[in-house]
Amino acid sequence: MAKQSESRPFPLSSGIPVKPVYTPEDTKDLDYHHDLGDPGQYPFTRGIHPLMYRARPWTMRQYAGFGTARETNERFKYLIAHGQNALNVAFDLPTQLGLDSDDPLAYGEVGRVGMAVDTLNDMEEAFQGIPLDAISSSLTINAPAAVFIAMYAVVAEKQGVPLDKVAGTPQNDILKEYIGRGAWVFPAKPSLRLIGDTIEYCTRHMPRYNPVSVCGYHIRESGANPAQEMAYAFAIALTYLQLGVDRGLPIDSFAGRISFNFNVFGKLFEEVAKFRAGRRLWARLVKQRFGAKEPRSMWMRMLAGGGGRGLTKEEPENNIVRGAYYALAGVLGGCQTMALCCYDEAYTIPTAKAQLISLRTMQILADEVGLTDTVDPLAGSYFIEALTDHMEKKILEYMDEVDKAGGIVSAIETGVIQRQLARQAYEEEKRIISGELIKIGVNKYRQSAEEPKVELHPHSMENESYQVARLRKVKAERDEAKVEKALAQLRQAAQGEENLMPTIMDAVRVYASLGEITRVLKEVFGEFNEPTEL
Amino acid sequence: MMKPIKVLITKPGLDGHDRGAKVVAHYLRECGMEVIYTGLHKSSEDIVAQAREHKPDVIGLSIMSGAYLPLAEKLMAKLKEENLAHTPVIVGGVIRSEDIPALKSLGVAGVFPSGSRLADIEKLIANICHRDS
Repeated sequence: MAKQSESRPFPLSSGIPVKPVYTPEDTKDLDYHHDLGDPGQYPFTRGIHPLMYRARPWTMRQYAGFGTARETNERFKYLIAHGQNALNVAFDLPTQLGLDSDDPLAYGEVGRVGMAVDTLNDMEEAFQGIPLDAISSSLTINAPAAVFIAMYAVVAEKQGVPLDKVAGTPQNDILKEYIGRGAWVFPAKPSLRLIGDTIEYCTRHMPRYNPVSVCGYHIRESGANPAQEMAYAFAIALTYLQLGVDRGLPIDSFAGRISFNFNVFGKLFEEVAKFRAGRRLWARLVKQRFGAKEPRSMWMRMLAGGGGRGLTKEEPENNIVRGAYYALAGVLGGCQTMALCCYDEAYTIPTAKAQLISLRTMQILADEVGLTDTVDPLAGSYFIEALTDHMEKKILEYMDEVDKAGGIVSAIETGVIQRQLARQAYEEEKRIISGELIKIGVNKYRQSAEEPKVELHPHSMENESYQVARLRKVKAERDEAKVEKALAQLRQAAQGEENLMPTIMDAVRVYASLGEITRVLKEVFGEFNEPTEL
Repeated sequence: MMKPIKVLITKPGLDGHDRGAKVVAHYLRECGMEVIYTGLHKSSEDIVAQAREHKPDVIGLSIMSGAYLPLAEKLMAKLKEENLAHTPVIVGGVIRSEDIPALKSLGVAGVFPSGSRLADIEKLIANICHRDS
């Protein structure tokens, strides 16, 4: 028996072997100041702030939004009333693809997985009574993110909040959409131009706004292992930093505003090491490749998202327990913000009760179990430090592979990465079928196949007709001549090289719809040609 | 030798989550079937055009957004209109069990909610193509 347990490899999903016991021998090369530093000091392995959660707990930001702007506004206020201190807005699929609710392609999808937005009017209603300088909002929007930054800025204007006080974070990370999640519209090149425009505009006019949140999260969901998740996200983030530099922005004027959104599930210590290694590596990359001087520019600020990939449809209540362990890993890993997938999300978007349980999970961790009393409590562990080193090397190996494939943009356009991840997803499925990868309640201790009773979020097709009527009303009441002029100006600007943000804001202000704006851009930019080879 | 079963796997509607579709595609391919994957954001018209071009034995829809009823309804009507109703359609994804009868009544030949076993998908396809193993 003893012999067997020694020889079993216990590999982590990043392909790193784990030994039964770690000793000082495993960390003998560790140089505290060079490799770790105190919390808040370069290379920030131990955390980006000196006091971390002792000074302030992480931001709790459950992903919410469904149906109409009015319903979403109510859910936002519900979460805020229960102690959530920031928002994370979910949009429906037509909105994410820049289609209006009356588009034939939107049929059946309006208000289903998030809130429907057609014009500024919907954003005004969604944020009614929510001060945009006090509550920061993440917007899960990518292909048409520039339009949403514009709408958000105009809502702030109307609330009387000056642009330089507006805080928030759209995802605005198109490259990961091509890898996983699939809410892309335009080809890579014009999409990157739009991201460059938003980085430039925000840096100059909205200094508290984070123009891009680079998402390893969805790359991981698509089949990446933890080291690949970090490697591809960093390759993408470096591409975006270069966009800013190419606009003539000093690196320290905007690098600190690029944040990350990572996944957390699976093996707890691997996740913690992933975050610590990632923080160290990102600081070194930004310093060495871009010559950043400000510590803030080197910070890997991140949201840790309790991952849907780890959750199961079987015995859904077990997902509450899983979520708590993912949250624990996110906190031990030093996240700034957290969102947890809810226990019922294998069935549909979450109910209010399921969201409250996720929020309470985080609040219990923050206030009851002493997790926030000291910073980076796992530092110095032989295992964690050896694993952190190993993880950093693995991430760099994957980044080298991307470089050899011609860089991240080319690897995405040709589908090299997508094919690799789909193969890995299939291999994982086979390991679950064989029982090698254990899922409690699925392939181990499985109960009868009887469907559990879960209270589910209701969806009404009436939202669709309500939303279409709302859009028609706005269109009937707006000044059509102004809309046409704004769209013509947008077309002209898109054909040229100027920053598109001011013209998009002008179009939004006169209630041009999301679909109208996106159509103009599609006509100029074309659409992404998806590599579909398996 | 018998010609392999040909399956067209597609993503109707706007949902971009393709992990499940690709896992099923890889599995069916490993079972010896010929699999064509269309990619994302396919309208009923796109799917009909692909079905005309490739003449699959089965069409598999993967839908994670919850919009399976309106999307399947639209596609089944379109297939009928284009005289392609003889091609069996199966649907997989995030599907509520109480909606399965409604999908079946639209003429869908098989429904595989998340958590379904890959082997069951293969078995049903072989069955409806009269290639019971």
